Amino acid sequence: MPPFPLPLTDLLGHWGAYWVYLLIGIGFGAVLELAGFGNSRKLAAQFYFTEQTVLKVMFSAIVVAMSLIFLTSALGLLEFNLVWVNPTYLWPGIVGGLIMGVGFIVGGFCPGTSLVAATTLKVDGIFFALGTFFGVFAFGETVAFFEPFFYSSSYGRVTLMDVFGVPAGVVVVLVVLMALFMFWGAEQLERIFGKRDLKREPRWRYAAATGLAALALATAFIGQPTTEERTARMAPEIDRQLAERQVQIEPAELLSLIHNDRLNLIMFDVRSESDYNLFHLLDAEHIELPNIPTTLARLRMEPANTVVVVMSNTEIASTQAWAILTAESVPNVYILGGGLNTWIGTFAGADFAADHSPQTAGDDGLAYRFAAALGDRYPVAYPDPEDFNIAFEPKVTLSTRRGPSGGGCGG
Amino acid sequence: MTAQLAVSSGKSRRLRLMRSKPKPYMHPYLAGILLGLVLFAAFFFTGNGLGASGGVNRIVVFFEDLLAPQHVDRTAYLLEMAGGSENALDSWIVFITIGTMIGGFLSGWINGRLRLETNRGPNVSVRVRWMMAFLGGTIMAYGARLARGCTSGQALTGGATLSAGSWVVMFAIFGGGYALAYSLRKFWN
Repeated sequence: MPPFPLPLTDLLGHWGAYWVYLLIGIGFGAVLELAGFGNSRKLAAQFYFTEQTVLKVMFSAIVVAMSLIFLTSALGLLEFNLVWVNPTYLWPGIVGGLIMGVGFIVGGFCPGTSLVAATTLKVDGIFFALGTFFGVFAFGETVAFFEPFFYSSSYGRVTLMDVFGVPAGVVVVLVVLMALFMFWGAEQLERIFGKRDLKREPRWRYAAATGLAALALATAFIGQPTTEERTARMAPEIDRQLAERQVQIEPAELLSLIHNDRLNLIMFDVRSESDYNLFHLLDAEHIELPNIPTTLARLRMEPANTVVVVMSNTEIASTQAWAILTAESVPNVYILGGGLNTWIGTFAGADFAADHSPQTAGDDGLAYRFAAALGDRYPVAYPDPEDFNIAFEPKVTLSTRRGPSGGGCGG
Repeated sequence: MTAQLAVSSGKSRRLRLMRSKPKPYMHPYLAGILLGLVLFAAFFFTGNGLGASGGVNRIVVFFEDLLAPQHVDRTAYLLEMAGGSENALDSWIVFITIGTMIGGFLSGWINGRLRLETNRGPNVSVRVRWMMAFLGGTIMAYGARLARGCTSGQALTGGATLSAGSWVVMFAIFGGGYALAYSLRKFWN
């Protein structure tokens, strides 16, 4: 697995990790101040075409960060699956964005820049910051009146790559080209409306633009790692975990997980549809092996207490599903050890075995005969934990590798 | 001799604090590249981006929870952050916000830009500017919570990770600003 982002909580402890965020915040505040974002007239000038500092700073920051994120991801240094991507709530985003634009031109700041203005003693910044305190308070008190709208048009983790169906590298190149075009346009506006002499602009900005374009092209050329490449990169780790049986949990442990209210348990049954219809565990979802990658977007939005258990009749198909999910850095994925055949052997009584005479199954086949496709209506699909007191070796641990849930201003 | 030295060093410090000519701001592209590096470092080391309104939000909810804990426990939106024994300040975004204030202050101090002043258009009074700033802050923060992030948490952070929704929010912010800019031109120019 790529070494970054770092598992900060594991390395520094719960509160220790916050020091890193404090340092990042200090860098953030310092750069905002250096750019002149503590000065409301500089910010408002953006909307009157005389000075395009806001656009230049914001878009250079976005394209620099974007190029480096996707380049390091292409090189296998950064696991993009663990990077927080703001979830899309389309209409609340559009309406909220328009409202923010109004607040920006009325007040002359945005929340981050007003904090910097306030701490550098700009009185208008202090009033704006006080306004933001009142605004978030007002929102918390009134959101209940339009909660359905607030949670509407939710698309989850959607990137521009998903929208346009093109590889990340292509989007990176296009965004860089768009930004360079916007910088050119912004400079023309400054020349016309701000009477600025462009000859006095530094020459190094051409070199910077060239370097950025080169970075973007390199990103597109290398390409983002595919699931196969991720699996190949992680092969030693995957093989070790499988060989040491660290991830194959016993049926008794799965039963305890099912009845653990503190966990968000997701069970994927990766067998054929006919096997699933004959018999499956209560609440197990049917996802056939080739469709496992389609669950990734959803799994990335699940809360941090999520445990995924994949199962097949034995361990063959489920191990393949586990490898895909693990290579894509889904945290806390486990395999039902021995598969559903072992589950039935553990929780079904002797009567059941007699009625559903064991059959010699193929490689990953069902070892019991089911006359009717009753799915999860067999009692063995939902054994009562009170009836069984089976000791097991607990293997499930909640990894904190994934970044904290909620990101950006969403915190 | 020592006393004299102390006095003169005290004087020079005061001079630096109120330097009559503050250093000019950094070139926008250079500042942008630096900001991009900070943003990238955030993602690279922590997996999270930047933000501002989220931290402000949690600080406000923290005080709400001190004053009216039952009210917080009854409001679904606040419950998530400060319900029961939950501490609203126990979040990475709060530390980003505190850091932002420290960083802004340090940079302003070092560059001689710590000065008590009100930046405003030439045609408005200080008092009107203050009122508009408060009003603008209120509107902005309300919109930021509705959009689940402000210019930092959506436009910058989501822009860099190519989040579709964040790009929509970014264009909506600029759209809202430009739509109203003409009506408010007397206020800023």
